Amino acid sequence: MNKKISQYIAFTIFRVLGVLVVGILFWILGFIIYNGIEVISWDFIFTAPTDGMTAGGIFPAIVGTLALITGSMLFAFPLGVMSAIYTSEYLPNGWISRFIRIMTNNLASVPSIVFGLFGMTLFVNKLGFGSSILAGSFTLGLLVLPMVIRTTEEALKAVPNSYRSGSLALGASKFKTISKVVLPCAFPNIITGLILSIGRVSGETAPILFTVAAYFLPKLPSSIYDQVMALPYHLYVIATSGTDIEASRPIAYGTALVLISIVLIMNLLAALLRRQFNKNIKSK
Amino acid sequence: MIEAKNIDFHYGDFHALKNINLKVKANTVTAFIGPSGCGKSTFLRIFNRMNDLIDNTKLSGECRIQGQDIYHKSVQIDALRKNVGMVFQKPNPFPKSIFENVAYGLRVNGMGDKKFIEQRVEESLVAAALWEEVKDKLKKSAYELSGGQQQRLCIARALAVSPSVLLMDEPASALDPVSTSKIEELIHELKKNYTIVIVTHNMQQAKRVSDHTGFFMLGELVEYSETKKMFLNPEKEETQNYITGRFG
Repeated sequence: MNKKISQYIAFTIFRVLGVLVVGILFWILGFIIYNGIEVISWDFIFTAPTDGMTAGGIFPAIVGTLALITGSMLFAFPLGVMSAIYTSEYLPNGWISRFIRIMTNNLASVPSIVFGLFGMTLFVNKLGFGSSILAGSFTLGLLVLPMVIRTTEEALKAVPNSYRSGSLALGASKFKTISKVVLPCAFPNIITGLILSIGRVSGETAPILFTVAAYFLPKLPSSIYDQVMALPYHLYVIATSGTDIEASRPIAYGTALVLISIVLIMNLLAALLRRQFNKNIKSK
Repeated sequence: MIEAKNIDFHYGDFHALKNINLKVKANTVTAFIGPSGCGKSTFLRIFNRMNDLIDNTKLSGECRIQGQDIYHKSVQIDALRKNVGMVFQKPNPFPKSIFENVAYGLRVNGMGDKKFIEQRVEESLVAAALWEEVKDKLKKSAYELSGGQQQRLCIARALAVSPSVLLMDEPASALDPVSTSKIEELIHELKKNYTIVIVTHNMQQAKRVSDHTGFFMLGELVEYSETKKMFLNPEKEETQNYITGRFG
């Protein structure tokens, strides 16, 4: 009886906490949708801001964020996946691999503003990229690199060892084993890491503050050496230091809604991709 | 065919195999029996150098397959493993189609000729007594097959690269009796073309499928002789005790 009661209490607490988490998420989403939906229109998405950012759309910021997502992923994804393959498949377990793992974790816990300052020092000034998409992408890429590495490592570890020995026993080289069996199996989970990174990249403000983001730049970038506006920074600007904060409030909610939608659409896309890959693996 | 001389093997400080000497003739089935942890699987993995994958191990002695010292520096491990196929305890098909599972070994060894691959896949599946059951669903996932079929698929996969030796590490221990007897029939058939070494927990199985049996205990090869003789009239008392079920 006592056992039953304590179990009941425990489950009730878990249930309440679970509902609470989901509830908070829906509350935030609902709040943003409720306040932002009225400004969303074709023009809002596809035109540039006007009248001191109190009217018009946010097209340049959307394009900027998409450019930064693409750029940072082009940099961080291959690099992160390859280093994860090296540390988890090739490097023997020992102090070197432990050291690398600890350092990767440390890198993940560095505050994003520090990445911003580092990016400014190295990419903007030292390497002379200037405040540009290139510098911003590298900085954001560095920020999510540990995340890509960790999720890829986990994905590789989840592949049963029996696949590896089965392949090696057929005379396949280690490289062939990894590229033909291990990676295809791990791919859906690696994609999850990619999604998480995209979510992170699209929402970060601090790393792009000094490396790419423009306060107001109503034209589209023409090269990777251009500055761009970006959604999170734009949101920050019009909510705190715009020309008329009260007047631009609806636009701020609209921007938040667009930002959240981009992340949600990416997640959805990736989930579909994952499902497709899983299906392919099972039937091919 | 296979000749092991003075084999000693260590996992770290653990002396897993102690001075093993043994010869296996071509086109025979040799069974290794013995209690868990006696070293029989370790010894099996000497023949295709799967023990190389484990860190902190030490091997001494000599092992020759078809006259070649397989631990010589000049030996290419890929080529050795192609020649000495292996079937594992639990069926471990890749998460690919039935066809791709069998074709895998050919592909990774650089075979690109589509016609040849198709032909080899069919031959291997026929040899593994699986062709009739799967010929209409080669594109389906290997995981849609039953456990016994999966294990025969793994055998077909190993046969596809034309090995001369087939190592089987308790190939039926995860299977039901019907699937087990199918695998045993298959071993009888395969003997004509391959030299088979099988590790088994099941003494009845050793008796049914093998020509020679080796009994391992605590890392030593206690007795090695013809299966008939071993089970009727073993030389050593330990063997007698083990096969009559007094321990183990």
